[in-house]
Amino acid sequence: MTTNEMTIRVGGEAGHGVESSGGGFCKALARGGLHVFGLPDYYSRIRGGHNFFSIRASERPLYSHAEPVHLLLALTEETITRHRDEIVEGGAIVYDSNLKVSPEELVGDGIQFIGIPMSDMAKETAGTVLARNTVALGFASGVTGFDLDPLQSVIRDNFARKGQAVVDGNLAAVEAGYQEGKKHAADFPFKLKRIPDAPPRMVLNGTDAFAMGALAGGCRFVAGYPMTPGSLALHWMAAHSERYGVVIKHAEDEIAAINMAIGAAHMGARALVPTSGGGFSLMVEGLGLAGITETPVVIYNAQRPGPATGLPTRNEQGDLLFMLHASQGEFPRFLLAPGTYEEAFVAGWRAFNLADKYQTPVLVLSDHYMAVAIRTVEMDAFDFDAVEIDRGELLSEADLDALSDSYLRFRVTESGVSPRALPGHPRAVYVSTSNEHDERGAITEDPELRAAQVDKRMRKMIGMAEEMSAPSLYGPPVAETTFVSWGSTYGPLREAVDRLNARVAGRANFLHFADLWPFPTEAVNEALDSARQVVAVEVNATAQLATLIRANTGRSVDGRILRYDGRSFTPEYIMSWELRVTR
Amino acid sequence: MVTRQDFKSPELPTWCKGCGNYGVLNAIKMALAEQDIAPQQIVIFTGIGCGSKVPHYMKVNGFHGLHGRPLPVAAGARLANHGIKIMTVHGDGDGYGMGLGHFAHAARRNIGIVDVVQNNRVYGLTRGQYSPTSDPGMRTPTSPEGAIDRPVPPLALAITMGATFVARGYAGELRHLAWLIGQALQHTGYALVDVLQPCVTFNRPSAYDFYNPRVYRLEETDHDMTDKSAAWKRALEWGDRIPIGIFYRVEDVPTYEEQVPALKAGPLVKRPLVKLRPEQVEELRAEVV
Repeated sequence: MTTNEMTIRVGGEAGHGVESSGGGFCKALARGGLHVFGLPDYYSRIRGGHNFFSIRASERPLYSHAEPVHLLLALTEETITRHRDEIVEGGAIVYDSNLKVSPEELVGDGIQFIGIPMSDMAKETAGTVLARNTVALGFASGVTGFDLDPLQSVIRDNFARKGQAVVDGNLAAVEAGYQEGKKHAADFPFKLKRIPDAPPRMVLNGTDAFAMGALAGGCRFVAGYPMTPGSLALHWMAAHSERYGVVIKHAEDEIAAINMAIGAAHMGARALVPTSGGGFSLMVEGLGLAGITETPVVIYNAQRPGPATGLPTRNEQGDLLFMLHASQGEFPRFLLAPGTYEEAFVAGWRAFNLADKYQTPVLVLSDHYMAVAIRTVEMDAFDFDAVEIDRGELLSEADLDALSDSYLRFRVTESGVSPRALPGHPRAVYVSTSNEHDERGAITEDPELRAAQVDKRMRKMIGMAEEMSAPSLYGPPVAETTFVSWGSTYGPLREAVDRLNARVAGRANFLHFADLWPFPTEAVNEALDSARQVVAVEVNATAQLATLIRANTGRSVDGRILRYDGRSFTPEYIMSWELRVTR
Repeated sequence: MVTRQDFKSPELPTWCKGCGNYGVLNAIKMALAEQDIAPQQIVIFTGIGCGSKVPHYMKVNGFHGLHGRPLPVAAGARLANHGIKIMTVHGDGDGYGMGLGHFAHAARRNIGIVDVVQNNRVYGLTRGQYSPTSDPGMRTPTSPEGAIDRPVPPLALAITMGATFVARGYAGELRHLAWLIGQALQHTGYALVDVLQPCVTFNRPSAYDFYNPRVYRLEETDHDMTDKSAAWKRALEWGDRIPIGIFYRVEDVPTYEEQVPALKAGPLVKRPLVKLRPEQVEELRAEVV
């Protein structure tokens, strides 16, 4: 018997409530004191298709989903055929016996098939077949031996806004499923047990983490255009708009969105543009506008596989070099790629400080995996006390009152940063322009003035580089193989490294890059100096981080583990790397 | 008391002699002085084109951005600080070509922007290509056999999209144009001021001698500016007689910014930017437990 180490997968069509049941069950497990990692897998459609949600539970913190499935809750026939081979020995497939399932599909080595009339039970208890997912969750509680109370409390919270009748119906449905599950508990070896004295924990995805950080850091203007998975950040901000005084503008397109953010930032608001790669493509000219007008804006790109529409609801890290080089011409920019939710929270507020301090755009790279996967995070993991709001060289009313000389918005300074006045003060009336300009902001084509402004802007890179953190090392200081990765690959790679080292001590460690630009060259040189074999692990086809490392350090990686089928890494996928590594 | 002299800039315009942009520049200065709006009390957002250099040639807060995009920059600025006047100044290629979408959306949102479009019906800065408001048949470097596209009707489009102030001026009638811009500055929502202006270098057929005998003032007719269908009809009048003046004006439509919940407490940038209070942090955490 195994306790508190399993994955439950619920699968059905779009519209079956697969994601909400998965999320709800994760929350219930967390309320019961377990750590969870929940990952939705869905198609770009509103009805039909095959959606599933993987709920992984453990007593230790989880950073990733994993491949083996112990209990499959099948709301459709397709769920059975697609996932039958992923079920571990001793595992079970629970399916709605109202489905027309041909007997030859109900065959698998060492797994049991349990048909229960989910739809009938849902109709009898909740009055609607829609509650069959609730019946299934009740069954999962019953068969794993997990207390029903946490799930009941989640149902009460989640259905409260739909009225007491819906709450009662779902409570009856979950109870019926639970009783049915208990009947099969003796034959099911995977158990979930409540941890009674566990502290309460947050259950959230990387979008929530980043958005919370951004709000805490003073983000007060958000302009965007819906695009999966960047829209989730737009939704989060919209949901908190009124209560926290944040202006949200759903613009007519991404070109408008970035330009609106630049306008708001020019007037002094901390402005954010959430998007995905396709939207960012439309923003590229605006990015350059922010660069030459030295306007602080934060662009958040939750990547998905491209090019063009690509795979809208899937995962990839294909935009690194694009984000780094986007726009004609040259100007300084920051590129941050948080890998953990703790890092995403910090990136949320830090991005605005960096943008203000250096008066230049800050690009934050996330991806679909990070944007949608939920996990338990300790209540104090996001340090709101450490949040600072640093507006850099922003002139106050008193500073402006004291100005005697005519104000030079683009004054050439040693740091490259020119003290910034917000429009509105009589002593600092100025023009910003997308043309090259002199210190006042007047258009110029004078070669010396042009070079002076380019130098001034690029000089910011010195200070910016000092803001960058070195890649963090995880695992033993010396190892046979050093993986390098960035962004959300942190999660599955961390677990893979732990498991590899558990088999053979000193087998692997990894360097996690969360600050990508300005590139922390010295620190990377130092870290890679002692590395024996360096292997890049990236969710793209061309190893973009490896390219960046080589460009800046001269060091080539010795191997690459790349995944670009639209799916995220699992620890198992990385652990079988000997089979997959390419040079 | 603000005077035209308050807007004097050390920069000299780079426009051709006789360009309609001089009229627009002077009319803006006159209107601002008449409305007692000082250089720091307004920000002028412009696009790219000869006329979009306006803020460089006067002392005023300006943001000279990208071709076609001044309206969204201005909209963002308006939402960040609705305590300051916001104007856009751009050409017909900028406003009715690349920026046509932004124009339509700004109009329907009724956001507080005075949108001055210098409509010379040709591309000047890129040297004489036909524009979205050029006459069909116009021969230019990109239409050597004559333009096929039918022109954009900006005023009719603005009315259709729900604009609450739709006007047209003429660069050859400076005082009238200044009056129109002044009226637009008094209007609370989105205000379009389309300005007919000659391009003496690249659009010779539409020079002063074309417009002078044709333009007539709507104020001198019995036109009812609150009558949408009458406004629409006048907006499409083009030929021997070309109307200028206020085509449509209604003041009872709420502006976008006054309906944004987060702006009820005043301009966004005037509120102190402080860390979240402990109870707000608790609230955020409680949402995800």
